[in-house]
Amino acid sequence: MKIVYNGEMDERLCKTVLGETIPAILESDPDTIYLDADLMSCIGTLKYGAKHPDRAIDCGIAEANMAGVAAGLAMAGFKPIIHSFGIFASRRCFDQVFLSGGYAKNDITVLGSDPGVTAALNGGTHMPFEDVALYRVVPGSTVLEPSDPTCLISLLKQAVDRPGIKYLRVGRKSMARIYADGSELPIGKATVLRDGTDVTLFAAGIMVHEALQAAASLEKQGISAAVVDCYSIKPLDAETVTAMARKTGTVVVAENANRHGGLYSAVLEVLAESCPVPAANVSVEDEFGEVGSQSYLQQRFGLTAAHIEEQAKAVIGRK
Amino acid sequence: MDQKEVKALKAFAVRIRLATLEAIHSLGSGHLGGALSIADVMAVLYGREMNIRVEDPTWPERDKLVCSKGHAGPGVYGTLAVKGYFPYEELKTLNKGGTRLPSHCDRNKTPGIDATTGSLGQGTSQACGLALGDRLKGRKNRVFLIVGDGEMDEGQCWEAFSFAAAHKLSNLVVLIDWNKKQLDGVCDEILPMGSFVEKMTVFGFDTVQVKGNDVAAIAEALERTRQGGDKPYAIVLDTVKGAGIEEVENTLMNHSMPVNDEKFEKWTGELKAELAALEG
Repeated sequence: MKIVYNGEMDERLCKTVLGETIPAILESDPDTIYLDADLMSCIGTLKYGAKHPDRAIDCGIAEANMAGVAAGLAMAGFKPIIHSFGIFASRRCFDQVFLSGGYAKNDITVLGSDPGVTAALNGGTHMPFEDVALYRVVPGSTVLEPSDPTCLISLLKQAVDRPGIKYLRVGRKSMARIYADGSELPIGKATVLRDGTDVTLFAAGIMVHEALQAAASLEKQGISAAVVDCYSIKPLDAETVTAMARKTGTVVVAENANRHGGLYSAVLEVLAESCPVPAANVSVEDEFGEVGSQSYLQQRFGLTAAHIEEQAKAVIGRK
Repeated sequence: MDQKEVKALKAFAVRIRLATLEAIHSLGSGHLGGALSIADVMAVLYGREMNIRVEDPTWPERDKLVCSKGHAGPGVYGTLAVKGYFPYEELKTLNKGGTRLPSHCDRNKTPGIDATTGSLGQGTSQACGLALGDRLKGRKNRVFLIVGDGEMDEGQCWEAFSFAAAHKLSNLVVLIDWNKKQLDGVCDEILPMGSFVEKMTVFGFDTVQVKGNDVAAIAEALERTRQGGDKPYAIVLDTVKGAGIEEVENTLMNHSMPVNDEKFEKWTGELKAELAALEG
């Protein structure tokens, strides 16, 4: 793994990466199979699906059935990957994934696209702020939120072979480039992207880039902020979370999700036991989503580098 | 099918009812009505139609059963116990802490149970995935899906049936236990479904309706489903909830019922007499 962050965007859209990675997984492992709920066009898999209808199955707009069919395919010996927008991949088929999948020990990889404010112009009906919380409480589950396209490729390939329910919260647009091509990001670990001494900024997904921007700005003001990429929300890298909290004495958690049940909760659950320190969050404050551009929504819900900076200064003041 | 075989299947169905009572009596009450209504189809499936290996319950090429009305677990366990998947005495552990026989079917707990069900409607999609997956793996087996009539209230069933027809799952046989009642009472008074035969036909199934507590009629209908083709099969089983025990049949609210010592003695006495007449 190599960090190459310089603030610029990766030239690849996540949609393109998904459209290449999913077929690559299907081609390399005959036991894998991919199901979609009429959104293949949205993640670049439609062409592959047209050529390989037995490997990439469009279930139509029926997410509950898709999840159940995936469970049945697992019973027959397959390793299913299912996709829909995050809201449908979580709320719409939650009981099916939970019972037919998790409880019945039928392993399923679930891709939920357009996390949080990245749903942008699809608006509040399509904006998942709660998907992380829902999937965290499935016993034995894995919850992942890649911070860049390279991280996405690495996590998706690992997820397919893990037992249990694996939920990946994946964007479709461009993201900042964090890691060098080919980097492997092990599930269960977090990456210290930037070291620091005054505060640790824990972040996931699009908020990693915001946290790195905030840290650069804070440095100019004489504040040393560490930044940790928590792409593996569950299992969380408790060792790194604790070590960084102990080292810096304060933490800020930045997430593109509701403050309840997501990464902020996960980090605090660890620190409450291992290293209680002053903490603050940059999250959606228990609200529903709404329509707008992503940049508008990041301002509207307080999910920018400036908000992280403000919270960092406030929490350091509580030392 | 000759009369000897009909008699043998009838006797198997009586044994399933006895075993079901054994399990539910050990607890004092349970989902009796819907377990009894499927005893005859279970006898034909496990006594004639299904290609299974009792000594190797996870054999990949076996025919599989998804009992989507998972609350009929005691009826399925009764069948499996009579077949020898686990000791008969184990029926008395139903729902007790640490048991392998939970109220609703669990594929990870009970030898011979192929699918975990209980949240109604979910078994339908699992059965579709299983039938598709077995076909993709090149297996020649079939998947049998038992669905309750009340369960058909669930929208997921109809998503699954559309999927089954779209993928031409002719290795899938849907058996609808049309016993006319659900937990709160009579289906037609709660959420009328109309004709299951018409609905399933329109959804793309090769559909027939038979007397669902008549082993010969069930066997004949199941024989038809062996021919493959490009449609999934549906058999509407015209059944009586609580079938086989008159007093249970005549109880309106028989979804879950107490089985005390007195009732157990009476009902098992009746069933044993029936068994003696069949096997005389």
